[in-house]
This record gives sequence, structure tokens and C-alpha cells, in this order.
Amino acid sequence: MSLLQTIHLEHLPTTPIHIALYRNVTNASFLQQQLLTGNTDFEYAFIDASVIVSRIHVLSAAYRAINALHSHRLRSRNVHSEIVFSLSPNNNIAESFRRFGVTAATTNLLVVKVGGDGEEVRRHLEGAVEGEGVGFEEEVLAGMVDVGRVRKIYKLNGSRGGAKKGVANRVGNEGEEIRELEVSVLGAMALRGASN
Amino acid sequence: MEVQTAPPAHQAPSSQSPHLLPPIFQSDTTPPQLITQGAEALLYRTTYLLPTLPCALKYRPSKPYRHPILDARLTKHRILSEARVLVKCRREGVPVPAVYAVDEREGWVMLEWVEGEVVRVRVNEWLRRRKELGVQEGVEEEVLKGLMGRIGRAIGRMHGVGIVHGDLTTSNLMLRTRREDAKCGDEVLDGEIVLIDFGLASQSSADEDRAVDLYVLERAFGSTHPRAEGLFSELLSAYGTSFKGANVVLKKLEEVRMRGRKRSMLG
Repeated sequence: MSLLQTIHLEHLPTTPIHIALYRNVTNASFLQQQLLTGNTDFEYAFIDASVIVSRIHVLSAAYRAINALHSHRLRSRNVHSEIVFSLSPNNNIAESFRRFGVTAATTNLLVVKVGGDGEEVRRHLEGAVEGEGVGFEEEVLAGMVDVGRVRKIYKLNGSRGGAKKGVANRVGNEGEEIRELEVSVLGAMALRGASN
Repeated sequence: MEVQTAPPAHQAPSSQSPHLLPPIFQSDTTPPQLITQGAEALLYRTTYLLPTLPCALKYRPSKPYRHPILDARLTKHRILSEARVLVKCRREGVPVPAVYAVDEREGWVMLEWVEGEVVRVRVNEWLRRRKELGVQEGVEEEVLKGLMGRIGRAIGRMHGVGIVHGDLTTSNLMLRTRREDAKCGDEVLDGEIVLIDFGLASQSSADEDRAVDLYVLERAFGSTHPRAEGLFSELLSAYGTSFKGANVVLKKLEEVRMRGRKRSMLG
């Protein structure tokens, strides 16, 4: 069963995105294989949810990829691979797939589909993904994320003890910490490709 | 960037500005709302990703009098350098708006929306109320002193991570509104200091550049709030203890005061 959520991102009203989240996925290598062989029935961004901090994190990547699509500036094969690449803090596309995309070891899977009919997407995913569908919600994502890995990938373990020097006069708590991590991650993603 | 002077929603930004927004914003059902306009950039309020997440859109329209290639390069350079400085500051714990998204080709950057007002407005409000109440200058100024200290520490933190602002004024310092507390009396000066508008900022650890930052703010303070000028020393003493090397900057400031912002053109 999948709990598919359809979202219309701000400023992109004509391009809905469908998002589904799964845990205990057992056929990750099969899914990865479909992407590698270019099976056109599998036009999805398959993302390893353990490197996703929050809803905003993945929605940001989708926003950037769709913006690139509309302005004919895709850097990878299609909008779905571009979503995975948009999560990356650097310009290495293959590396971004290894880090953020589905791998044989993936058990928590986030699926993003740009456009298409929601009902059809739901039906296809039900047959394709073997796993337990869960809601695309902050608390669920928070339970899946590997903060250490995220910090490592985005190089957020600086000499300053990560993001936790604490923004001036604010109380530190767990929610605040994830929020600050999210902000650092968004900044790193936004600056990807920034040269000159 | 001045939040409270936002024009009413019914005024379409296009009626106030000859600039057309980048394509991605042109089909919005609720168009970005123009907040303020500077020499280089336009500032709008809009939303990022979800209707519940407000953001500031800073747009640098192309300048028709510049050669198109040069224009594109300058815009790209400025957008990116501002974004880079903001990301670095935020990561290192300097209170600045977060960077949400950048499109250097189209000339825009989306930043966290900071709810609150600029320090200039709040200080003037505070001074006005005191005058109404007939409180004498120099009396019960603890709250204002506290604010000056917070500003000094925020600037020190920024300088400590190797960034200079380049245009520190009381309009580029915001007080983030905490919850919806009714602003009465001394609470006008409450809130977290947030440094904004890094359009002229650069990465520098030079005492000279840091001292010029302080000097520019000192002059700005003197001209916008002459009644509060005497308290600038509070800001400086808080700054002095905020990072290693701050005292050298204060020494340098004395030198800068003697000669003004511009370095000698001799040699």
C-alpha cells in the first residue's frame, strides 16, 4: 500500500509532484536496476530517505530540478535524475546517485514523481515497490534520517562543532537542531555549481 | 529591507516597478509583493515551496545600459557572493537569514523571511515613547544599552568568522519579533538581532575593513539617532569582548575616525 501525496509547489502550479515514502523496502536492488537499465516505466526519483532531513529538504531539490527543466537547463538525463542530483552539494552526478539515490542497501525509500496522473502513479508504485507505505511527514522522516551521514555528506562538521554554535540567543533543542541542519543543507544545495 | 512599510496587498508590484519578474514568478496567482527597492536590487515578499513558508525574494534585474555579457557576469557574481557569505555566516552561527534557493542566471535569491522590524524603527519608537513620558535622557537607559550590547556581539560574531558587512546601518539590522507579544514599553527593543542585506559584504579578516564597518555604523547611528549616540560605547565594549582580536579593531577604529572611511589615496 502506498500513501501518495500530491503537492503543488509554490511558483510551479502547473507541475504537480507525487511523493510516497516507504520503510522496510526489500526490492531496492530491483528498483535501482530499473533505473540503470533505463526502463521507461520507472520514471521516478528514488531517494534513500536516510539522507533526507525534512520535507523542505526534498521539496527544495524537486523545485530546483523542475525550474531547471522549465528553463532548459537540466544537467542530467531527466527531471527525476535531476532531483537526485539537486540534493548534492557538488557537481559530481554519479556520486550524487550513489549518495542520495536508491542503492541495494536502501530500506527507507522516498519516491518522487513529477507530473502524471496521481491514481496511475499510485497503482504502478503499489506493484513496483515492496515495502511498507508510510506518510510523507516530518516525524516519519525524522525517524529515518542518519544525521551523522548527512553532516558528513554536506561537510557540516567544521571546526566550529557543526551548526551547533547556536544562532545567537536562541534556545537549543532537538527541533531547533534539525531546523538548523536543514538550513545548512539548503544553503549547501543552493550553492552547488556556484563558480566565479 | 523594511518590513513594516510593506505596501498594501491590493497594490500590484508591477504598478510600482517597471521591472518584470523572472519567468518562474510571472504566472503566480498571488504575485510577489514588492517591499523595497535599492539601487541594484528589488526585494519582494513571497513564499518558498509551500504556502506556509514565507520568504524574501531578492531580484537583481538586468541593467539595459550595460553590455549584456558584462551585465550577466556582474549579476551572477553579486548574487553568488552574497549567497556565499550568508551561507557561511549562518553555518558558523552568525544571526543572518537562511538561503533557500539561488538562480544566478535569472538574478534572484530566495532568503528566509525575518519577521520583525529594523533597529532604526524600533529605536526611534522607543525614544519617542520616552519623550512622551517625559523621561530624561541618560535615565533608565538599561534596555537600550542592552540592545547596543546585542548588536555589538552580533557584529563581533560576524567579524570573528571572517566576514565584513560593508554597509552597516541601523536599517540593515533587524529585531526578530518573538511570538506575538504586545509591544509596550521597553519590549520595543526585545528580540534577536539579525544582520541583513549582505549585498556589499565580503570575506575579510582585515582589521581595517572591520574598523570601517564599525565606523560606518557609528556615523549612521549618529545621524539617525542623535539622542542615542552617546550609547555607542556600549556597543563597542560588547564588541571588544566578542572575539579574539576585537580590541585591535577598536584601536584601528580610532585611526579610521581621524581620517574617515576612505583610506589615504597617497602611495
